[in-house]
Amino acid sequence: KQKEALLLLLDVGPSMHSVLPEIEKVCSLLVQKKLIYNKYDEVGIVLFGTEDTDNELTSEVGGYQHVVVLKDIKVVDGDIVEALQQLPRGKNDGDSSIYPFLYALTLMLVLDAVIVAMDMLIKKFGETNKGKKRMCLITNAQYPIKESYKGTKEEQVTTIAKQMTVHGMRMESIILRGKLSQDANKGIMDENDRLLNIFSKETSTRLLYVDNPISLFGALRTRNITPVTVFRGDIEFSPKLKIKVMVYKKTSEEKFPSLKKYSDKAPPNDKHATRDVKVDYEYKSSEDPDKVVPPDRRIKGYPYGPQIVPISSAEWEAVKFKPEKGVKLLGFTESNNVLRHHYMKDVYAFLPEPGNTKAMLALSALARAMKEMNKVAILRCVWRRGQSNVIIGVLTPNLSDRENIPDSFYLNVLPFAEDVREFQFPSFTNFPASWLPNELQLEAADNLIKTLDLAPHGQQEVLLPDFTPNPVLERFYRYLELKSKDPDAAVPPLDDTLKKITEPDGDLLLQNRAVIGSFCRSFELKGNPLKKSRRLLGGKRSFSSVDVEGNITAQPANLIENASVKVEKIGDLTPVQDFEALISRRDGPDWVVKAINEMKNKIFDLVEDSHEGDNYPKALECLVVLRKGCILEQEPKQFNDFLRHLCNFCREKKLNSFCDYLASEGLALIPKTEAIDSEVTDDEARSFLVKSESKVV
Amino acid sequence: MDVDADDIFRDDEDDPDAQHSLLEDESSKEYVVYLVDASPKMFNTTCPAAEQDQNDETHFHIAISCISHTLKSQIINRSYDQVAICFFNTREKKNLQDLNGVYVFNVAEREFLDRPTARLIKEFDHLEESFSKSIGSQHGVVSGTQENSLYNAIWAAQALLRKGSAKTVDKRILLFTNEDDPFGSIKGAVKSDMTRMTLQRAKDAQDLGISIELLPLNHPNEAFNVSQFYADLIGLEGDYLVDFMPSATNRLEDMKDQLRKRMFTKRKVKSLKFTIVNGISIQLNSYALIRPTVPGAITWLDSITNCPLKDLLVQCERTFICADTGALMEEPITRLHPYKNQNITFSMKQLSEIKRVSIGHLHLLGFKPLSCLRDYYNLKPSTFLYPSDEPCGQNHYCSTVSCYGCHWSLHQLNIKNAFLCGYLEEDIYMEQPFGFVAKRSIFFAVGIVSQGTDNSMCIFIALHRKMIQLNRFAVAFGGSSSRPQLVALVAQEEVIQSGSQIEPPGMHMIYLPYSDDIRLVEERYSDSSGMVTKASDDQIKKAADLIKRIDLKGFSVCQLTNPALQRHYAVLQALALAEDDIPEMKDETLPDEEGLARPGVVRALEEFKTSVYGDNYDEENEHNTGEPTEASKKRKANAEFATKECENYDWGELADTGKLKDLTVVELKYYLTANNLPVSGKKEAIITRILTHMGK
Repeated sequence: KQKEALLLLLDVGPSMHSVLPEIEKVCSLLVQKKLIYNKYDEVGIVLFGTEDTDNELTSEVGGYQHVVVLKDIKVVDGDIVEALQQLPRGKNDGDSSIYPFLYALTLMLVLDAVIVAMDMLIKKFGETNKGKKRMCLITNAQYPIKESYKGTKEEQVTTIAKQMTVHGMRMESIILRGKLSQDANKGIMDENDRLLNIFSKETSTRLLYVDNPISLFGALRTRNITPVTVFRGDIEFSPKLKIKVMVYKKTSEEKFPSLKKYSDKAPPNDKHATRDVKVDYEYKSSEDPDKVVPPDRRIKGYPYGPQIVPISSAEWEAVKFKPEKGVKLLGFTESNNVLRHHYMKDVYAFLPEPGNTKAMLALSALARAMKEMNKVAILRCVWRRGQSNVIIGVLTPNLSDRENIPDSFYLNVLPFAEDVREFQFPSFTNFPASWLPNELQLEAADNLIKTLDLAPHGQQEVLLPDFTPNPVLERFYRYLELKSKDPDAAVPPLDDTLKKITEPDGDLLLQNRAVIGSFCRSFELKGNPLKKSRRLLGGKRSFSSVDVEGNITAQPANLIENASVKVEKIGDLTPVQDFEALISRRDGPDWVVKAINEMKNKIFDLVEDSHEGDNYPKALECLVVLRKGCILEQEPKQFNDFLRHLCNFCREKKLNSFCDYLASEGLALIPKTEAIDSEVTDDEARSFLVKSESKVV
Repeated sequence: MDVDADDIFRDDEDDPDAQHSLLEDESSKEYVVYLVDASPKMFNTTCPAAEQDQNDETHFHIAISCISHTLKSQIINRSYDQVAICFFNTREKKNLQDLNGVYVFNVAEREFLDRPTARLIKEFDHLEESFSKSIGSQHGVVSGTQENSLYNAIWAAQALLRKGSAKTVDKRILLFTNEDDPFGSIKGAVKSDMTRMTLQRAKDAQDLGISIELLPLNHPNEAFNVSQFYADLIGLEGDYLVDFMPSATNRLEDMKDQLRKRMFTKRKVKSLKFTIVNGISIQLNSYALIRPTVPGAITWLDSITNCPLKDLLVQCERTFICADTGALMEEPITRLHPYKNQNITFSMKQLSEIKRVSIGHLHLLGFKPLSCLRDYYNLKPSTFLYPSDEPCGQNHYCSTVSCYGCHWSLHQLNIKNAFLCGYLEEDIYMEQPFGFVAKRSIFFAVGIVSQGTDNSMCIFIALHRKMIQLNRFAVAFGGSSSRPQLVALVAQEEVIQSGSQIEPPGMHMIYLPYSDDIRLVEERYSDSSGMVTKASDDQIKKAADLIKRIDLKGFSVCQLTNPALQRHYAVLQALALAEDDIPEMKDETLPDEEGLARPGVVRALEEFKTSVYGDNYDEENEHNTGEPTEASKKRKANAEFATKECENYDWGELADTGKLKDLTVVELKYYLTANNLPVSGKKEAIITRILTHMGK
């Protein structure tokens, strides 16, 4: 198998400094994966936008300033990983001597870098390694274009691109936008986009725009798997009309690497030990447990009720279902006859046979007509000869808006009658009125859905699956690298950037906290528990043994902590849980007071240390448990006094936003109705924060 | 409980084994008594036939065919279930208590209530022919006698279901009848007496944990009136009467449909906490509504004795041998991955920690328009979510805690112990004991209590309704123990067709791929071919005409049965009954050739063909297949080159003098390629092949 040669063309100019940490992470991940899956591949690193210049072309022909070949093309190794983990930054933005240097940075620099890279690849491989020479450009393409170049640059780009095609090189470009680029000049960006687009068109490769760190991570393919056809042949519409297609897998889960079992039997200093474990399987007779039954005396038995029916492979071969290889159309149907949740497996892509213009046209015509009419096609597929089952799938059109990509189809596997379990669930309309949301609540839900919008109009979709990397795999490979240096390294936490995949975006929540607050409030007030009818929900076996409770596994770390050492004080990590553990300690009379006091201090600390409100949600959480604890322990005064004190404190310290936050979250004093010892009335309790708010304003 | 170390890598929800155990686990089995009314009315009333050329079907026939159909699916899917078939209003009697008018049908080598066997299915299939002779029909409750056959029937069924604890087994009576007023023929005190007694009998059975379900059959011109008598019997009241009663049917297909829906008792896969925003979370149950059905697990048998090998469950013994020293060892608990010429080792604990991202939780991240959910965002079957009817987080009791590396003796309130030492495996199985009262001492439950049922339901419904209205789906992060990933939650509106629920209301959780899982096949494609053309308007119009012609009206998934599975079970059934010929199954997945040959379709096909391929489709297609591809060109060139090179050697001479071994493999392969021989294998193998070919 041919090895790939990859050149990373990384922009490290001043405007890129803020995103370099992300680029370092994703590029080193790419190389790490190569070390595992393609360890004979070669990689080189070219930096541009550097202050220095170091490349062969500059010494040979001059020019090519500010391009540094950091690593020449070589077989991947730990050295490259390390180089990528600490890219040189060059000068800081604040330095005044930077201006002449910045002036030199023009779009031509990107082209220079590309030419340096091409030169390296040509020198190293010449005409060989066709199609396996790859470049990957990461830049924000914000360089101004020198007037003098105008007019000629388009030609120049086209020439370079044509050269690349001739040499069988491909270049994918990742362009940073939005939050990832700074004070961009729209005109410059558009101009640059246009030029870079020429590359994409001429070399038919990807040009991607990313506007957040997660997408940057996902946009760079860290593992390239050559697609293999699942099927090549005809879609048979009727014996008279067949269209030639190639079928590929479109999605396929990249699994967590399967690890080998490790044997510690060989002496630790044995350098040649494989550390492998061999697993032997022995089948033993039921009459004589010590007797091993050899493989040729074994026969497969299939259960049929209580009976087990023995069938030899030869017999089975003779009688089993043997469909003929081929893909046949059953018919077309309305797209709403197939629901999205019926899709069963990973997805296939149907592409026209390469070089077959008519097949391309035929698929294109069908795809476009189906799209227009909202139809899908139902196919019966047998991919290989000798396959013992058939697939019924739904074919949906995938129209291409790119000039160099043909129209194609996706195929999703549908369930058979045997695969569907028709459980019945109570209809919502039959529920008592108190279970159903009222107008206000519907409105709150409506607002919540509209504001927590991940695909805002005119902006890039957030968490687009195509650009969202697997955080667990990233963690594994990072840990692997850490362990290669220190075998005792602890499991690292999820990467900060990738953590945003697993949790709601804090900014989005903060921006919309009014909406969220009103959502919470509208559902909190209600709640007179209803006597449930067991029959209604049909949950006779509600205590079935397969129940798995998520709640408790949720915070095992904390729980282990809580249980293993008796909680003595409230820590920083899990103040809420600590408080609850403390206040419920019954081995001394002082714990309640101690817990309340500690919690108060903790809340003060949180509010005080808050930076632009980042601690507020946590502080609120603490306040809520403190409030609950004070009610349970009949200490309402403690809480009420504290809350008043806290608000005064905030006002003095110009932390009004915290009071506003509490008001928006509906936190109130403890009224008499909740704790008999309280001296606060309901109205007072509710209006306390509201009042203080207006007072401040 | 010993935990297999491999479990950490296993997909808890979608692993076929897990599914299997879910379906066939002995602990989740069911005991079912089919109670069939055999009164003359069942034989006299017929249903209009579905198609013209068929005879009308009697109600009795409908009931029998349904049961037969269900037995066949039971033996495949739920073979640990036990069934009894019991007729009432019969002439003959056969039952444990020797009650009149009740006949329990059975076959040899089988108790009354037992697992279904091939023989039961076969003989039951032929029962109808011999029914009047061997069992016979007779009127049920008639005036002047004290005999109450319905009472007897329920009593007999209850006796059949005596075995097994109601806690571990689902016990059900499925009652087939077309008589909505079984005591209609009598009057006065006798009637009220009998009614009271029968209801009491039914209530007693229900108190013992047996559920009684009714499958009523309609008279052609008079609907089955549930409230006449049966509503009281099966315990329906008020509003639920309308909603939870199966509508009475008079068609075989409808009845089969209803029975099929009842056969799978709803079992949840697990419970999830769905955090919507900070502070508001609801408890959801997940259900596997769609999962591929696979033929049952194989069992290895000794081919001479046909006895299963050793223990059925642990058929093969694994032994672990160190590859370096050859020493036998315990199952290793450390894993290794080669990296940079080192062997990096991981403990199981570290591996599961890597995967641990908010396990058991579903975190709402936001919403997107449905159009963002592309067709290729799919990896595995979806999971259905419905709000839990249990208040969450409270008074739970840990019954089994599987711990990695330790064994726990289990007793009440051992939670603290479990958390204290030992490493927790992902899933904790929870059971709620009877009469267990929540105490504050279970500290963990208190902090994470979320909403009560009604509130949970209310929030869920509000989001559900609005998501449908706004055409949005929710994006959430699901912390499964095997593969934490992004999911799309798509709200599904309830769909009801002819009285039965086709799609339940709730949300479908669709597992989204990561960028690592998506392949860029279309883009890869583009560099291997030249120009790309898109269809013209005329061609699209012709395609549209064709699409209109070949329309599958009212297509719905699960119309088609899996021919491979059907064949599999047909073979098994035939072999189990020692029958010689295996019945041919109709492959429903084949295209309708007749339909495709209709002149209208053929014309549309021809027009489309002409518009795309011109007049010479056949030539084009032939031509294209004949056109050499890149690979074939290369192969040809290679062969030509090899043939040329091959001529430079005197093979006969080299072979005779034994000098073949002095040539390089590349040189040897010239000969092989030139002579169309396989080029694989080691040098010795290649030389042997050459010699054989030369006949030396």
